[in-house]
Amino acid sequence: MGAVGIVWRKEVRENLRDRRTLVSALLFGPLFGPLILAAALQFLVQRTADEADQRLEIAVRHVERAPNLVAWLEARNVIVTPVELDDEATRRAVRERSHPLVLSIPADFAERLAAARPASLQLYSDAAGGRADRNAARTRMLIAQYGASIGRLRLLARGVDPLLTAPLAVQDIDVSTPQSRSVTVLGMLSYLLLLAMILGGLYLAIDATAGERERHSLEPLLTTPVPRARLIYGKILAATTFMIVSLTLTAIACALALRFVALENFGMSAHLDASVVLKIILVTAPLAPAAAGLMTVVASFTRSYREAQTWLGVVMLVPTLPIAFVGLAELQPSLALSAVPSLGQHFLITSLLRGAALEPAHVLVSVLASLALGAVLAWIAGRLYRRESLLG
Amino acid sequence: MISAQGLAKAFGGVQAVRGVTLRAEDGAITGLLGPNGAGKSTTLRMLCTVLRPDAGEAWIDAAHTVRDALDARRQLGMLTHDSGLYPHLTARENILYFAELHGMARAARERRADELIEWLEMGAFAGRRAKGYSQGQRIKTALARALVHSPRNVLLDEPTNGLDVMAVRNLRVLLARLRDAGHCVLFSSHVMQEVSGLCDVVFVLARGEVVAHGTPDALRAATGCASLEDAFVKLIGTDEGLG
Repeated sequence: MGAVGIVWRKEVRENLRDRRTLVSALLFGPLFGPLILAAALQFLVQRTADEADQRLEIAVRHVERAPNLVAWLEARNVIVTPVELDDEATRRAVRERSHPLVLSIPADFAERLAAARPASLQLYSDAAGGRADRNAARTRMLIAQYGASIGRLRLLARGVDPLLTAPLAVQDIDVSTPQSRSVTVLGMLSYLLLLAMILGGLYLAIDATAGERERHSLEPLLTTPVPRARLIYGKILAATTFMIVSLTLTAIACALALRFVALENFGMSAHLDASVVLKIILVTAPLAPAAAGLMTVVASFTRSYREAQTWLGVVMLVPTLPIAFVGLAELQPSLALSAVPSLGQHFLITSLLRGAALEPAHVLVSVLASLALGAVLAWIAGRLYRRESLLG
Repeated sequence: MISAQGLAKAFGGVQAVRGVTLRAEDGAITGLLGPNGAGKSTTLRMLCTVLRPDAGEAWIDAAHTVRDALDARRQLGMLTHDSGLYPHLTARENILYFAELHGMARAARERRADELIEWLEMGAFAGRRAKGYSQGQRIKTALARALVHSPRNVLLDEPTNGLDVMAVRNLRVLLARLRDAGHCVLFSSHVMQEVSGLCDVVFVLARGEVVAHGTPDALRAATGCASLEDAFVKLIGTDEGLG
């Protein structure tokens, strides 16, 4: 076995005995990742379901002026609360959320309605509040429906076909499949996988560089007849191994966890069978050497374990930045973007989750670009290990 | 044999070593004596190829420490200032790791590790992880690791630091045995008694320079002092930093 292999084997063996490394690699991602994912999804799904089912509550001033409207609303599952408030008190009540929605019926409502003149209604709401705003929209829609039904009756009474007033009809056709709808929700899975992967090799990368220096085992190591670059390649390879193990475990654990989230009930489904999990692992793993190389390069500038930990905590987030940027800019996968490490993986993972076929060119570009970055970072780390200041 | 010619090294603006010339013969124990900060560690680090000298040259046997660094490393074993063991590996695994890095075959590694464990009387703890070792156990393990490839030249940086009286005695016996087996032993220390009792030749270092060298007897004679300690103080011009 060459020196790289010897160093690799020793680092793996030593770190398998280190509880901190083991917990971060084999427990943290695979255990907490899916829990976080499942909890977040459950919360999201629950909230959507809650809102759809929630009964609309409207406070109404002067219910006696429009008994038919109130009855119609109540028939549509709206809770109508009669209130006695003047304009000033109403505004305060809406602002303070004691009555987020207040419908006021003017004195001439019935009279104008009977005379077939537009009868006005006042709806008080606070547009600054998210949920109140949605409820106001629901209320407006209900009232418009009521008005439209009266209008149709009036036309019928005058012998006019109500369809004449509907020259256009827009039909919404949603082409998203349950899988593609759930992708927005599952987009966080690629974050989670990348973070779990990096975390898996984080402590090994620190231990093998800053840790080794702090324990003073680096100097004896440097007196062995092995070129310094090979020592560091072995260490990067060991961190890569831990990252891939953590990635694999996390992907499997996430797939299992998602089975327990009732996605299907909400028109979503996660495309996560064994072959998809395997493909996700295969397209993500090529990023591991680059991540391990980056951690090692950064750790070789730090003077102590603690300092390395602080820095790498920040550096760990670097691979998630392109994903966040693309999410904000709403960019679509392209060949050029696939070449951006971590972003390429994100696109491929998302495609797999969506159940779409992978573009071979995108896969190739993503894999090659990531491996090339890994090689460059490993080379830089090797050069850095030739510095004398390394010994501190 | 270890030889150095005009070694110099500066860190930032500080000149740690300024022109050290020395020679350590096979079958002899050579001491590098000096107060803290005299440049002993830096000199040893240049000799063991970890640091590159700004000026001057050094050889481990025939291997140049810069041009043939890998060859030089094959012929030397270095016991660094801190033992620097891997806490999660046992003493035996620590030794075997270095044996592997020295390119030894499996059978040879195992045999040599057994040999060293017996020779250094490490049997009681060799199978335990290094995490809870005493200072003496750590030094023994580090020494075994430095000797695993049977190097002709052995460098030790302050090997007696932190050892109790018994452990120091043991180490002295070990170094004497290495000398008797024909090794070239070079060690640094700031403790007079060690050097006077053990060394065949002493190089006295102060402020990065060799201020005197010779046998302990010769040094005493040259300075006209009865004890090596007095000779030492006289040579370096101060008793600052003496242990």
